[in-house]
Amino acid sequence: MNEEIITLDHGGGGQRTAQLIEELLLPAYGNPALNALGDGAVLDLEGPLAFSTDSFVVSPLFFPGGDIGKLAVCGTVNDLAMCGSVPKYLSLSMVLEEGLPLADLRKIVTSVAETAKRAGVQIVTGDTKVVERGKGDGVYLNTAGIGVLRWPGLTPDAIRPGDAVILSGTMGDHGVTVMLARSGLLEGSTLRSDCQPLHRLAQAALDCGGVRVLRDPTRGGVATTLNEFTENRPFSICLEEDALPVSPSVQAACDLLGLDPLYCANEGKLLAVVAPEKAEAVLAALKAAPGGENAAVIGHVSERHPGRVLLRTGLGGNRILTRLSGTQLPRIC
Amino acid sequence: MCLAIPMRLMEIDGNDAVAEVDGVRRKIRVDFIKEPKVGDYVIAHAGFAIERLQEQQALDNLEAIREVADAL
Amino acid sequence: MLSEASFARLPEGKKLLRGIREMELPGPVCLMEVCGTHTMAIAKAGLRQLLPEGVELRSGPGCPVCVTPAGVMDGVLALSETPGLILTTYGDLMRVPGSTPGDDLQRRRATGADVRWVYSPMDALELAQAEPDKQVVFLGVGFETTAPGTALAVLEAQRRGIKNFSLLCLLKRTEPALRALIARPDFRVNGFLCPGHVAAITGAEAFRFLPEEYGLPAVVSGFETGDLLAAVYALLAQIRDGAPRLENEYTRVVSPQGNPAALALMEQVLEPVDSVWRGLGEIPDSGLGLRKEFRAFDAADRFSFSPGQRVENTGCCCGAIICGQLNPQDCPLFGTACQPEHPVGPCMVSSEGACAAAYKYQGVEL
Repeated sequence: MNEEIITLDHGGGGQRTAQLIEELLLPAYGNPALNALGDGAVLDLEGPLAFSTDSFVVSPLFFPGGDIGKLAVCGTVNDLAMCGSVPKYLSLSMVLEEGLPLADLRKIVTSVAETAKRAGVQIVTGDTKVVERGKGDGVYLNTAGIGVLRWPGLTPDAIRPGDAVILSGTMGDHGVTVMLARSGLLEGSTLRSDCQPLHRLAQAALDCGGVRVLRDPTRGGVATTLNEFTENRPFSICLEEDALPVSPSVQAACDLLGLDPLYCANEGKLLAVVAPEKAEAVLAALKAAPGGENAAVIGHVSERHPGRVLLRTGLGGNRILTRLSGTQLPRIC
Repeated sequence: MCLAIPMRLMEIDGNDAVAEVDGVRRKIRVDFIKEPKVGDYVIAHAGFAIERLQEQQALDNLEAIREVADAL
Repeated sequence: MLSEASFARLPEGKKLLRGIREMELPGPVCLMEVCGTHTMAIAKAGLRQLLPEGVELRSGPGCPVCVTPAGVMDGVLALSETPGLILTTYGDLMRVPGSTPGDDLQRRRATGADVRWVYSPMDALELAQAEPDKQVVFLGVGFETTAPGTALAVLEAQRRGIKNFSLLCLLKRTEPALRALIARPDFRVNGFLCPGHVAAITGAEAFRFLPEEYGLPAVVSGFETGDLLAAVYALLAQIRDGAPRLENEYTRVVSPQGNPAALALMEQVLEPVDSVWRGLGEIPDSGLGLRKEFRAFDAADRFSFSPGQRVENTGCCCGAIICGQLNPQDCPLFGTACQPEHPVGPCMVSSEGACAAAYKYQGVEL
């Protein structure tokens, strides 16, 4: 059998590189700015702008609910959306490992194209390099993106005691799904990564007004992201254990492996801190938008214990939630 | 020590079984369970069923706790 | 099947808590849980801060990670460097330092050792089958709950003739450790919350020696909030009444005599050996080792495993803290040289270990 694979030639800048661009990349997500194939894209934009970048190194490349291509587009789109901007343009750099089946690359590129379309962004510049076999994990992707700022002033400094903390859906779906897919420790037929572009959910929330800050709780999970809000600031955030949305399968996997969903990664959820008088409207707007059905008010901002994130347990006790230290590992005790 | 949770036996092949909880499955060993049957609930720890869980015992356990609480 | 949530979200929980808070006790009371999973469950419920003044709940030597001495970890770290060897372990052990702070299995892996975490010893056995050219060593830590499964993996290796699998047996027994703890001159615990999943194997009766020989209240407890409340209430009631006895709160899982099949398998493969505990030192018959017939699967023999010098890290007080003798804040390294990001002792490694918990709650009156 002679399966088509990526070779060092594809990254050499010559014939094979051109072929890859013209036969695979342009047909998938070409647009006038990219099709010009200049050294960079020339864009006509009016500021202020938001600008963000992220690299993607997920293993396995394909997992229930997504793949590295979808992740790479969502990651940067979501960062731009959380800044209060409308995501417009992305760059996409690929580091491919020699021997990668071309069919896999094709699937990833298709996924990039579909996700970009869904998120309303164009991929206007990019780069491809190939590394020797054994020196990469199949594919590494980097995306950078530009968005036009529409809702300025989102910052944790705007948070005030009494504000509501809203999460747009269940916790930990991505982190747990990928961990199971990678380790084979458990099999979770009902688990899916939540990987999705958040621009619509962000817009739904921001159009209501009263949003102090938005953030997508990726690595480190909800608990770690909330600590970024409270650290060295004159307020705390207190979550209600009984209000935290977690899918039964994620909870079961966490119970088995001794993990905490509060510290598991999400790739399609946003956290919004909202002025109290707007909390109900933002919650309703999120619930009405696709992908926000399980949104919930999970806690409130308080003046007590400044700098901390606390969890009020069902029993009425308190637990301090610190940042994730190290990585979460399955445990038996 | 000793994280263990209730799981339901879905398939049994000798001492190998597939156990499930809320859609999450794991291969476990049932050597320590007498005559395990599909549909039985067990307490699983580190890939081993360490004890069988029976509905009536669970109900009795709950009732015992409630009795103490209600006497307060 | 009745869901565990019925015990987790017990409507009567608040009543039990009120009963605990209003209990008239003869004096200050110190209870001890001797199971890492209880420690986690208690922290998760926020139970510790809800207890009334004068009732203290301490974490005893119940976390297999916390009681593995630094010298043994040094030996394990050295073992991980053996060419052609895959070291398999539960995730718990990945971040436990040896006698050099910062040196742990995670770091060894980053610098080239083949260290992999597994969920079950059976996973390690299957890995050995899949990689016949490698030596696969399983780090067998744990107490009686974990011991039968660990023994079974060895028995299976023998049955299937998997010669490249071996066990570094670091299993511990609960009873000798409790006896050693009670025998210490500084022992000041008034009652034990007994480990439910150990008791699932050994039977609740295995803890009868506590009230009968030492006059200490003992309640075998489950792990849901409702279980913990019922067990703490029962312990305090025994103390109030001055009537120490053995109670089993976790009857849905724990029988008086335990699991005979699991006990028989343990007996067939393992035997009591002397063992060193962090903080408690060497305790006769407190560990489990492979019987002679299974020595061929003993990684200690196969790789001439030798624990390092039997001392704890200079200045680290984890030992005294596990025994309930010192508070984490009394340790000179606490919060300075030893923090969750760079733990020196194992009590700082586990996220709800006594030191990690104390670090998190510093200066917070909840």
